[in-house]
Amino acid sequence: MSSVRILVGTRKGAFILTADGSRKDWHVEGPLFAGWEVYHLKGSPLDPNRIFASQSTGWFGQLIQRSDDGGATWEPVGNQFAYDGVPGTHQWYDGTAHPWEFARVWHLEPSLTDPDTVFAGVEDAALFRTTDAGASWHELAGLRTHETGSQWQPGAGGMCLHTIIQSPVNPARIVVAISAAGAFRTDDGGATWKPINRGLNSEGIADADAEVGHCVHHVTMHPSRPDVLYMQKHWDIMRSNDAGDSWFEVSGDLPTDFGFVIDVHAHEPETIYVVPITSDSVHFPLDGRLRVYRSRTGGNEWEPLTAGLPQRDCYVNVLRDAMAVDTLEDCGIYFGTTGGQVYASANGGDTWDAIVHDLPAVLSVEVQTLA
Amino acid sequence: MIRVVLPAHLKTLTHVSGEVELEVTGPVCQRTVLDALEARYPVLVGTIRDPATQRRRPFIRFFACEQDLSHATPDEPLPRDVETGREVFFVIGAMAGG
Repeated sequence: MSSVRILVGTRKGAFILTADGSRKDWHVEGPLFAGWEVYHLKGSPLDPNRIFASQSTGWFGQLIQRSDDGGATWEPVGNQFAYDGVPGTHQWYDGTAHPWEFARVWHLEPSLTDPDTVFAGVEDAALFRTTDAGASWHELAGLRTHETGSQWQPGAGGMCLHTIIQSPVNPARIVVAISAAGAFRTDDGGATWKPINRGLNSEGIADADAEVGHCVHHVTMHPSRPDVLYMQKHWDIMRSNDAGDSWFEVSGDLPTDFGFVIDVHAHEPETIYVVPITSDSVHFPLDGRLRVYRSRTGGNEWEPLTAGLPQRDCYVNVLRDAMAVDTLEDCGIYFGTTGGQVYASANGGDTWDAIVHDLPAVLSVEVQTLA
Repeated sequence: MIRVVLPAHLKTLTHVSGEVELEVTGPVCQRTVLDALEARYPVLVGTIRDPATQRRRPFIRFFACEQDLSHATPDEPLPRDVETGREVFFVIGAMAGG
């Protein structure tokens, strides 16, 4: 019988939640790496028992952990993320030039084609890759050294590379997103990159349709439609039908289009999910009601999903990497909150249950569907 | 024999429950003690000092003999009582945050 394994990164450690395919009775394992921030964990699509975790604190820096037995045991692997060459500068909050400085790994994306290869998105924004299962990491420096790099500026959360999307049909194509520089794409395996922000309009920057400078919060893609990308920008839900070459807004009838997460149904490429957040200055759900919104039309027409979610006095946030889907026949949707809840829906969002209520603030949620 | 006490998180990483005892050849200073520590426990590389610059991480402190040695240069000799093992060299996670 199939089962699911949810990998939860939090401010104070990681947790692994497991259930059989009915997704009713959950086993909670953790905290792993107790007391450390775990920004992200993700398993290899080729070897689900191989899982990588990003473990860090402001005190002791960055560690990367690898498990080869589904999270039962872990081994620290390489943690040296050295920028290639002399890193140069980007813009600081006050507009001055600021040296590129490594802070942490935000996102780990195991390769679709090689279980020893993993991409890492880091702050200050850069893309690294290991080809030896984490023993050593090397920068794909063509991104950071793009001619616009010196203009990139951090968002409030830091200048992080938080989204890495590999094309399932073209191994040379990768899309990444950086706050607050925007989205970028390589079509040559990471040697060269181009900004893919045409159509984005951001009131928070001086030139609203600039080539770079947009605060992209998250991007997602359905593997059967690799040219269709969905984006939760700071404000605005955006869609691209041409792998990011151009974007158009699909916020439609949402009550607010600010938010962080966006994800797509495992079997319905036009069914997408967001969690609207009140505004850029008020990071909790509108009216204290936690609502997931679902569009079955690829955007523009949205329906609130509330069954099982708190509809009063709820003031949590849902961060950019904290939503994921399983691939069971009746697609499961999962998200975690800054209040420590992890909610699950085993029916595409129609109804929700909290698997756990009181974890530390959830930073990321990933799901593995196991045979 | 140099005696070192690690903060709780680094004890967990190294699977050490008490003090670490290190043999240090040559002058006993922060650099040589940390070199020996990292050689014994490679997982500590990057957790106490920046691996590229070798500078102490901002929220790490070094205490010994009731002195804060954090701002001493890496090559400054440590107190004689640390060198002889009479006193412990403490690696501390600074008080900060919640």
